[in-house]
Amino acid sequence: MNENLFTSFITPMMLGLPLVTLIILFPSLLFPSSNRLINNRLVSLQQWALQLMSKQMMSIHNTKGQTWTLMLMSLILFIGSTNLLGLLPHSFTPTTQLSMNLGMAIPLWAGAVITGFRNKTKASLAHFLPQGTPTPLIPMLVIIETISLFIQPMALAVRLTANITAGHLLIYLIGGATLALTSISPTTALITFIILILLTILEFAVAMIQAYVFTLLVSLYLHDNT
Amino acid sequence: MASVVPLKEKKLLEVKLGELPSWILMRDFTPSGIAGAFQRGYYRYYNKYVNVKKGSIAGLSMVLAAYVFLNYCRSYKELSESLLDCFASGGVSPDRVGLVHRLI
Repeated sequence: MNENLFTSFITPMMLGLPLVTLIILFPSLLFPSSNRLINNRLVSLQQWALQLMSKQMMSIHNTKGQTWTLMLMSLILFIGSTNLLGLLPHSFTPTTQLSMNLGMAIPLWAGAVITGFRNKTKASLAHFLPQGTPTPLIPMLVIIETISLFIQPMALAVRLTANITAGHLLIYLIGGATLALTSISPTTALITFIILILLTILEFAVAMIQAYVFTLLVSLYLHDNT
Repeated sequence: MASVVPLKEKKLLEVKLGELPSWILMRDFTPSGIAGAFQRGYYRYYNKYVNVKKGSIAGLSMVLAAYVFLNYCRSYKELSESLLDCFASGGVSPDRVGLVHRLI
């Protein structure tokens, strides 16, 4: 059962060629660039969405933090489009691979933290000790805060991987169950099918929400450090 | 009958069947040539279906449908093997055989 369940998550290769590179690059085809004032419908929709997201997410930052706008907007577009494309039948979702999510989370988190340490050293170090702690608790609390700092990139990556993988697995399992039940009891199969529809709607929402959460947390880490 | 336009500059649909092998051999297979071919193809599709005044959902849907089809072709082998296993164990996928036996 194990082998059958996870075959849709192995990296796609064809004749030894890494097809996965093409799959990761595919969403870029869906976001055409344009240097006109008035564009076609696709580009106008994307520009509207981008403006909405950037205003909502970057308004809390100061000037220094707002230099990260391009990075964070590309991030949310990439994760959102990759997750949504993964909901198409038979497609491969790169964000189910922990390696890729770690590759996104660690550099972004490290960039924010190192910026904080270089430019506001005292304030960054002060984050390790919350205000008003009783004196005997200080050593333990510093250790706990250090651990919580280093857990942040791991949590970012694992959260995204686990959410998307779990969603895909659930869809696969419930779909298989529906198929198996049609020959045994059509009523139960109908109920299972309704569950599948609801789950797919949930997965669309999760795809976009996870992108948002990832980017929001990176921007929060940035806000702490600029 | 001799062609008036030189063979190298004809587009594919204007090449006669007998001239096809020599046309293919004359194409530019360098990396920049292949990149140019992809770029021309992309802009042909984009300007016809997306970059128009009243573009519809069809422009995007055709791309997504082609993506689904290509992914299906990629995973055809595994899918056909799992279907074979399914029919071999009587209409139920092999990892669910135990479940079905218990339900009956």
